[in-house]
Amino acid sequence: MENCNCNTHKSLAPRDAEWRDELRRALPAKDRMAIPRVKMRELDPADRLANPTAEVNMGLTAEQAVQEATRCLDCPNPGCVSGCPVSIDIPGFIKNIQRGELGEAARVLRSTSALPAVCGRVCPQEKQCESKCIYHKSKREPVAIGYLERFAADAAAKSAPAAAATPAKDATRIAVIGSGPAGLSFAGDMAAKGYAVTVFEALHEIGGVLKYGIPEFRLPNSIVDGEIDALRALGVEFLRDVVVGKTISLDDLREMGFEGVFVGSGAGLPRFMGIPGENLVGVMSCNEYLTRINLMGAGRENSDTPVMTGKRVAVIGGGNTAMDAVRTARRMGAEAMVVYRRSLEEMPARVEEVHHARQEGVEFMTLHNPLEYLADEKGRVRAMILQRMELGEPDESGRRSPVAVEGAVEEIPVDLVIVSVGVSPNPLIPNSVEGLDVSRRGTIVVNDDTMESSIPMLYAGGDIVRGGATVILAMGDGRRAACAMDEAMRARKSNNK
Amino acid sequence: MAKIVSKEHFSEHVVKLVVEAPMIARSRRAGHFVIVRATEGGERIPLTIADADIEAGTVTLVIQEVGVSTKKICALEPGQELADIVGPLGQATHIEKVGTVVCCGGGVGVAPLLPIIKAMKQAGNRVVTVLAARTADLVILEDEVAPWSDEVIIMTDDGSRGQKGLVTNGVEEVIKREKVDLVVTIGPAVMMKFVAKLTEGYNIPTMCSLNTIMVDGTGMCGACRVTVDGKTRFVCIEGPEFDAHKVDFDEMMSRLKSYN
Repeated sequence: MENCNCNTHKSLAPRDAEWRDELRRALPAKDRMAIPRVKMRELDPADRLANPTAEVNMGLTAEQAVQEATRCLDCPNPGCVSGCPVSIDIPGFIKNIQRGELGEAARVLRSTSALPAVCGRVCPQEKQCESKCIYHKSKREPVAIGYLERFAADAAAKSAPAAAATPAKDATRIAVIGSGPAGLSFAGDMAAKGYAVTVFEALHEIGGVLKYGIPEFRLPNSIVDGEIDALRALGVEFLRDVVVGKTISLDDLREMGFEGVFVGSGAGLPRFMGIPGENLVGVMSCNEYLTRINLMGAGRENSDTPVMTGKRVAVIGGGNTAMDAVRTARRMGAEAMVVYRRSLEEMPARVEEVHHARQEGVEFMTLHNPLEYLADEKGRVRAMILQRMELGEPDESGRRSPVAVEGAVEEIPVDLVIVSVGVSPNPLIPNSVEGLDVSRRGTIVVNDDTMESSIPMLYAGGDIVRGGATVILAMGDGRRAACAMDEAMRARKSNNK
Repeated sequence: MAKIVSKEHFSEHVVKLVVEAPMIARSRRAGHFVIVRATEGGERIPLTIADADIEAGTVTLVIQEVGVSTKKICALEPGQELADIVGPLGQATHIEKVGTVVCCGGGVGVAPLLPIIKAMKQAGNRVVTVLAARTADLVILEDEVAPWSDEVIIMTDDGSRGQKGLVTNGVEEVIKREKVDLVVTIGPAVMMKFVAKLTEGYNIPTMCSLNTIMVDGTGMCGACRVTVDGKTRFVCIEGPEFDAHKVDFDEMMSRLKSYN
């Protein structure tokens, strides 16, 4: 990680190592560049709907992985690393794959990323590491860094369990609030630095958005559990069913002996549009829909939680969560469509998600915006009124802003509407801590470099700071906070001596 | 996991459970609720806390069997465990000395009313409690509310206990004879709707506690949303108590039937 000199982040696979030099010389760059980019094996679209939890991307074979790793030119100043929010030593792990040292590849990954098997699946690599790959300069497809990351993490998880560790008896105790990507990343780093880390989770499952939000067909729960087990092996303790700010207060944590606290409580609150009919039966947030299915197992044999499946489902919004919801709706047996007010080009969802959604028969109603939902005689949604839009001038986000086409309004029958237009920060912590600096939007205000809040030794990261971002940015926050808190703790302890 | 310490049947379908939950017992206030999951694979359902014992580290829940999940909870025996209990959730009741407070509860709504009655009395209010039920067997917690109430009025639909009539008849009787400064109502949505209608006519501030459908109970899903004063509010984090005169009870009743 940039500007970080802590021991955790020293290179495990230095570029000047002899074996790497040999690999670089084994095959000329020209030959390596002639190898075409690997294609991810995918579950057949027809099989996906019959196996709703089966992962769509099936991973690379060992041969594919080695060949793809060979493509990497092992640049002296790798752009990919600068494109990664957690600065993973990308050539370091890729070259280990190439020489067949998968355990070593995983070790390199783990030293900079607490959740490599997760990142390998859900990171928007095309906008991060892969967008900086040298191959772009010669108009070639970038090295498939995400696929390789997933391959190395999965292979290592299958073979060797992580080495067990327990923190020293006199280790400094650190509390983590929330077990999503920010909290897990922070917890892993702090445990590796020798702290005694306890993670408090409000729900009955560990994993936060990785469990309640992202569907299994994109990120299997077993993968998330594998990552959590690896953290347990590092000595991290997890407590479920504890809402910090409600069950126990921040002062309680201090009394219990926790000297540092990291808040990664996420963006809990779903946003609605405030249009007529939005509280009808059959209109719900994407969080509710996905939580019922992903976390509560609605629709599965041994679950008591009900969910509306609908025959004709509309998902409002164009982000990754909207894609998760609409693809889930297809798997629940519904006809499903995305309603998005701009065009496909402006859609914030990953290209891969849109591609998979199309393969699965999702309809895209782009340049449409809901105005109102209509009820049947029982108060259940029966139709939506859509306003047709066109693209006008670019707005502050740089995207062309949607403008209503006057008079172009249509009524579309639907029996389930899933609203996926963003989330707001969870107010539980900001509201329960006196003296905490909170923005107008409800996010916790932190120092951008250290992630420390207005309260000393209270750090925060992920969506509670950003207000709605990605898994990898949350993880990067956790990582930065861990480095900064470690440094602050050391300074404090040496001053106290 | 939370062990069931004791169990008592108030009636055939209404059960009182005392559950080990030391952290919740310590931090809960009147008005708070918990989310409970009976078993692995069970639903998360909200239940209001009826009482707590900090020393014993327990909370008291009163549950009416109405569906799969409440049946599972009611079937648990002392020594067995709830898979999960989390809380206390929601905003605590705003308690202050206002003068005379009428606390009216119907059915199991009396359970969440009990801590409010206690707190209102302790704050120095004159408390008149109106308990309503369909029939004598379903009147609950009469002995528990009595020490904290200046008067207890019991109403049954069939007249088998107390007076014959609805909760609103009992409340109106009090309003007609003395100055009432605040009404607190907890019970079925339809009951709260009519209490609110009645007190609105007399211009008496009225607070209700809503038991909507929830999944996480921490603001994440929005299943619990209701319209209050024309605005969408989340019961789990902004409630469960609201100004009863501003709640859209018809919308709430329709949403309560989402999965029926």
